[in-house]
Amino acid sequence: MIQISWHDILSALPALWRGAIVSLQITLVALIVGIILGCLLALLRLSSSKPLAMVATAYVTIFRSIPLVMVLLWFYLIAPQFLKALLHLPPNIDVRLASAFVAFSLFEAAYYAEIIRAGIQSVGRGQLNAGLALGLSYLQTVQFVILPQAIRVVTPLLVTQAIILLQDTSLVYVIGLADFFRMAVNIGDRDGTTIDMILFVGACYFAVCGILSAIVKLLQAKTSR
Amino acid sequence: MIEINRVSKWYGDFQVLTECSTRVAKGEVVVVCGPSGSGKSTLIKTVNGLETFQGGEVIVDGQSLRGKQTNLSRLRSKVGMVFQHFELFPHLSILGNLSLAQIKVLGRSEKEAAANGLVLLERVGLTAHADKYPLQLSGGQQQRVAIARALSMDPVAMLFDEPTSALDPEMVNEVLDVMIKLARGGMTMMCVTHEMGFAKKVADRVVFMDKGVIVEDEDKDEFFAHPKSSRAREFLSKVLQN
Amino acid sequence: MSYQWDWGILFSPVATGEGSTYFDWLLSGFTVTLVLTLCTWVGATVIGVTLGVFRTVPNPACTVATSTYVAIFRNVPLIVQLFTWYFVVPEILPSAAGDWLKSFSPFNQFFACSLVCLSLFTSARICEQVRSAIDAIPVGQYNAGLAIGLTRFQVYRHVLLPVGFRIIVPPLTSEFVSVSKNSAVASTIGLAELSAQAQHLVDYTAHSYEAFIAVTAGYMIINLLTIILMRQVEKAVRIPGYLGAKG
Repeated sequence: MIQISWHDILSALPALWRGAIVSLQITLVALIVGIILGCLLALLRLSSSKPLAMVATAYVTIFRSIPLVMVLLWFYLIAPQFLKALLHLPPNIDVRLASAFVAFSLFEAAYYAEIIRAGIQSVGRGQLNAGLALGLSYLQTVQFVILPQAIRVVTPLLVTQAIILLQDTSLVYVIGLADFFRMAVNIGDRDGTTIDMILFVGACYFAVCGILSAIVKLLQAKTSR
Repeated sequence: MIEINRVSKWYGDFQVLTECSTRVAKGEVVVVCGPSGSGKSTLIKTVNGLETFQGGEVIVDGQSLRGKQTNLSRLRSKVGMVFQHFELFPHLSILGNLSLAQIKVLGRSEKEAAANGLVLLERVGLTAHADKYPLQLSGGQQQRVAIARALSMDPVAMLFDEPTSALDPEMVNEVLDVMIKLARGGMTMMCVTHEMGFAKKVADRVVFMDKGVIVEDEDKDEFFAHPKSSRAREFLSKVLQN
Repeated sequence: MSYQWDWGILFSPVATGEGSTYFDWLLSGFTVTLVLTLCTWVGATVIGVTLGVFRTVPNPACTVATSTYVAIFRNVPLIVQLFTWYFVVPEILPSAAGDWLKSFSPFNQFFACSLVCLSLFTSARICEQVRSAIDAIPVGQYNAGLAIGLTRFQVYRHVLLPVGFRIIVPPLTSEFVSVSKNSAVASTIGLAELSAQAQHLVDYTAHSYEAFIAVTAGYMIINLLTIILMRQVEKAVRIPGYLGAKG
């Protein structure tokens, strides 16, 4: 059998924590930008303007049909040229982190768009008609009547997608960014403690995601009453 | 008040409304009836622009629905609509439902809107439920709130799209009573309904539609005593049996 | 931008002097991804359906066992699972088994490891989909089967599973599409699949954009073929008039 060296794990904790912070940063940025952009995309897809709907549909379809690994590699490839120029980032920022922010945000937006679109469609045309009949504009009806109901309905799905996002951040391995997982692998390579590191990381993800999933189940049980 | 001139509408190749013309004068109560699929819901929805139309014209309170100057939102706020499935906003309280459009469209303050809402709830007999949520109320209660919500915008006319069709039989009368009070109070009303008892009580005119065409359009008494078309006679014999 | 586009690079001979073109490399990567995807579909479906059925059996031991299995494979990131299979499992196994694994050629090691990992990962998700599909069938169907004298096993075999199979086709389609996307993770342990070839091409040529576009197109082709295939399956098994079957 294998021997787990707790001493090695403990001594690696500070570095692992720094990696975990990176994972959490990416998750948070992608979550916020992803949901906002996702709302926008969902509304565009449902809009009566054909060109806008087509653009939104193309965006969602493309991002949902390529592996996240490729998306990360793409943005890491084109990041030096575009990101620094477009976003006026300070020259000392880690390009890998910036490209990861952009890649994950745009990628997750496509998934959130589909979840939110399903939520909006579940609200039903009658509610839209009722809002319009009162004299509210289309945007007002969307803002005050449709979206609040849609988001309420899909909140468990949004949280589930966020848990998937948290796990997916581990893929920044392919661009060499030192998140929680990559940091653990790096330490393992350096100290020869690969097995301990991998098992520890697995256990951490299991604990965190397991707890979050249990919370989602509670949420779902509450709202279905 | 409401003028419908030769309105025609197509869904693709299928014509749902063919050259429909009628009018509702101020203070008049017009009942629109007919078999299902006759286009009566579609017709009434053209009056506040929830359904578009390709031919003809609709004029409400002097404004044409297709006019370039017409502000559709403003026009809709002047015409109240009550839907078959109530369509209260489930995430807002009853008072919230009544206040939303007053605040966002008419620019009233929250206090003003709430006070007005309470007055309307009293009119429909539901003051005690002001802070409840729609799904906590029965169907009949929800529909009465829906009527109050439409009235909260101080409309010049009210449209009813089969307001009692989705209600259990024992709740139909509480809603009809509110509508009768409204009619007797002088409100201009256009109602799509199967409730011939209501029509006999308060309607001024009855419009009978079949397959997207207005077949009959006459005084209530004339219609019930001497329907001119065989289709209307057939319809009446089926409906009045209940 | 001073980038020089050259699509011809894809068809030029490789710099290593092997005698193949870069397109051959891409094709080889494409083939590896395709084979890995297909094998995973088979493995994951067999395991997933079996587990899914057990998940619905009203036996507490079954429920706990399958829920735990699903929880483990759904709460740990795929790449962590892959590394566990590749680095940790050979060490845990008894030395005879471990040595046997290490006697494989490197490519076979990478492939076998990726296949096992991807299959088990996907099987947990298919298990949940099978469970939802069976739960979606009204309990009256189950009762009716028992009432005419079928055993529990027969009710599953002749009533629940056939209908469940139709219900599951849409979510299964998106799961199958996910398999080919997830296969890209195998590049991290060295499997020469499609996304790994993208990186090889970038290393050997200066034409990263062409390489990446070609690889991205490759993935989109696989996804498109998957969706078309599953749509044929759905048409073939459609039950006339059933709720999910819209003309």
